[in-house]
Amino acid sequence: MPRTGLTLDNIRISLDQKELIAIDRHVPPGRILTVMGASGSGKTSLLNMVAGFLDPKFKATGRIILGGKDITCLPPQDRHVGLMFQRPLLFPHMSVVENLMFAVPAGIKGRRARAALAEKSLKDVSLDGMGERDPATLSGGQQTRVALMRLLLADPKALLLDEPFSSLDQELRAEIRSLVFGMARERALPVLLVTHDPDDAVAADDHLFKL
Amino acid sequence: MQKPQPTRPDWVSASVVLLLSAPVAVGLAGTLLPAAGFLPALGGHQVSLTPVRDLLEAPAIWTSAALSAGTGLAATALSLLVVLLFVATLHGTRPFGVLSRLMSPLLSVPHAAAAFGLAFLIAPSGFLVRLFSPWATGFERPPDLLILNDPLGLAMTFGLVIKEVPFLFLMALAALPQTNADQLSKAAQNLGYSKTSAFFRVVLPVLYPQIRLPIIAVLAYSTSVVDVAQILGPTTPAPLAPRILGWMADPDPAMRFQASAGAVLQCLLSGGAILLWLAGERVVRGLLQASTLRGKRRRREHTARCIGFILTAGTVFPAILGLAVLGLWSISKGWWFPSALPSGFTISHWADLGKTGTEVIWQTLVIAVSVTLVCLILVISVLESRTRMKPSGDGTLRKLVFVPLLIPQVSFLFGLQILSVLVGIDGSLLGVAMAHAIFVLPYMYLAFADPWNHLDPRYQQVAMSFGASKWKVLFRIRLPLLMRPLLVTLAIGIAVSVGQYLPTIMIGAGRVTTVTTESLALSSGGNRSLIAVYGMLQLLLPLMFFAAAAIIPALLHRDRSGLRV
Repeated sequence: MPRTGLTLDNIRISLDQKELIAIDRHVPPGRILTVMGASGSGKTSLLNMVAGFLDPKFKATGRIILGGKDITCLPPQDRHVGLMFQRPLLFPHMSVVENLMFAVPAGIKGRRARAALAEKSLKDVSLDGMGERDPATLSGGQQTRVALMRLLLADPKALLLDEPFSSLDQELRAEIRSLVFGMARERALPVLLVTHDPDDAVAADDHLFKL
Repeated sequence: MQKPQPTRPDWVSASVVLLLSAPVAVGLAGTLLPAAGFLPALGGHQVSLTPVRDLLEAPAIWTSAALSAGTGLAATALSLLVVLLFVATLHGTRPFGVLSRLMSPLLSVPHAAAAFGLAFLIAPSGFLVRLFSPWATGFERPPDLLILNDPLGLAMTFGLVIKEVPFLFLMALAALPQTNADQLSKAAQNLGYSKTSAFFRVVLPVLYPQIRLPIIAVLAYSTSVVDVAQILGPTTPAPLAPRILGWMADPDPAMRFQASAGAVLQCLLSGGAILLWLAGERVVRGLLQASTLRGKRRRREHTARCIGFILTAGTVFPAILGLAVLGLWSISKGWWFPSALPSGFTISHWADLGKTGTEVIWQTLVIAVSVTLVCLILVISVLESRTRMKPSGDGTLRKLVFVPLLIPQVSFLFGLQILSVLVGIDGSLLGVAMAHAIFVLPYMYLAFADPWNHLDPRYQQVAMSFGASKWKVLFRIRLPLLMRPLLVTLAIGIAVSVGQYLPTIMIGAGRVTTVTTESLALSSGGNRSLIAVYGMLQLLLPLMFFAAAAIIPALLHRDRSGLRV
């Protein structure tokens, strides 16, 4: 069993006796596994299973190993896998910096230390000074960047991306895509990307799994 | 291998359902035993048929029963007809928006207040007759007509309709998005059907099952209503439920036994009305199906729209106008027939409330607020526990929660009253609050379950992927995001509690008085201004909470445009 990376060990998901997906792959740190398929092909079920949100009506077998640890049966909050959806899903009742501070691990004590981490991550994506803003007033690209930094602040061991670029327009898409992939490689995070956009797969330039 | 999630029983939901159904079951048993002559506390030691015989020999008992069944069935059928025609003909138009905005606040008006408003509007000495007197009618004094308390119960039926139309409408409005109504209707219109025909042929068959339980609840309530019957209903004889209440208050113990037999009859009567309704449903469904297959496309869209508008406006405007007249009476200084308006205005009726009035308001609020807060905690616990268990739907729970609303109040409150005496909480705020909770909890659950279930689950998934605990997700993400519906749910709970008449008077044993019981107690006295003050209080106390529910989120989230509705 590999001690690092994300292993999808002989995973099968079915609904009402019908098999949706069968996959057996290993994603090393810093690498991207792209799962491509039309909607309804079970790729979102795969993400839900890895994140721990699979609806009980689905039947799933197989193991998920992250960093040498079997997380198949862990509750979602103990899995340390960061999720990114099509929409940025910034919490609308919090400011930008509150959104980021919500993600900072509890081990980092003190409001000031937590706020400093949040501010620094805003700076990393050139959004410094935006902390007090209402997330709804940010542009789509800015919201996606905040969502990415929020995700990384929680110190995940892997990233799960559910068509995170499909809501962005063409030019922005390439820019955000390289930002996300760059950050994942820099932090040596295994990435599971599901998409139906062939451009995503080309940009990831890594392993491809077609459904 | 991924272990299948162990399916633990949902203890929280189970205990809340038990909390709701136990008092109903115990109450029914406590009604049934005295009806069979058994109630040692009152000297009934052996089973006998005397209570039943007494009941059947009571004067005009079958007229009373027929009145209850007739007014209840008529009120339910008329309310449903108005709501369906309104939605069918006007959905998506401007008048629809206007009328529906007028209807939501009417939902929170207690039945008694609406009935008083209607009485002040249509009575022979009421606002409408005054408006046309003496110049058009020639009346110098109120005409001797039996408009209120008419022997057929027409005024009472209308009084019920003006309250049930807003309720059924909002239930239908909540169910519509789940029925895919727009697409279905468009498909039918594309085949040449008018909007109205399309509604009755393709939308209604999907919509009706979703609103069946609220309709049955309206039927059970209308066939056993007490307060509206006392204000607007016939008196010689009165419908069954108010007569039962009269027998209960009788000092003669034999009458108490007769009352419990009456409460059993009431249960059978409402049950029979429900069965009759279900049979009627089948007939109507068959007729609609037959006409659908004939393929006739009625195209008199304009006429249909006019009828839909007139019927709806005909129930909404009298309700609003009645409440306005009630408001005028509460501040009028001398308003003699046939003046259309008071000769002057004064706040003395309000100032005269004094110590008694303050005490009544205080008791009303203490009961309402404590019941509502406890019920809110129960509702959130049920919803949170169901979210954690990830069940596939809340269909069964939704049905179970309706149980207390499907059984006539008087039928199980009689038994609960006996129980409260045995436990020693009769006539206490605690006893009354517990009785209110049986009716407040279902409405609060119904109000909060939909917004809860419709919240985008990905918010909580994102939060959990940061390692946030379930409690942190509940208190930092889910409840703050749901603050607006949460506060509205609280206000609905307050409105339901304030409006309770029968539970208050029966468990309160005359020692607990709320603005609603006080206004009913005054109703025979004829001091219109004082009745109006208490009627307005029934309206204003819940309104304060609805106002807070609108203002607080707007203030707290003023910088958060993502939460604006």
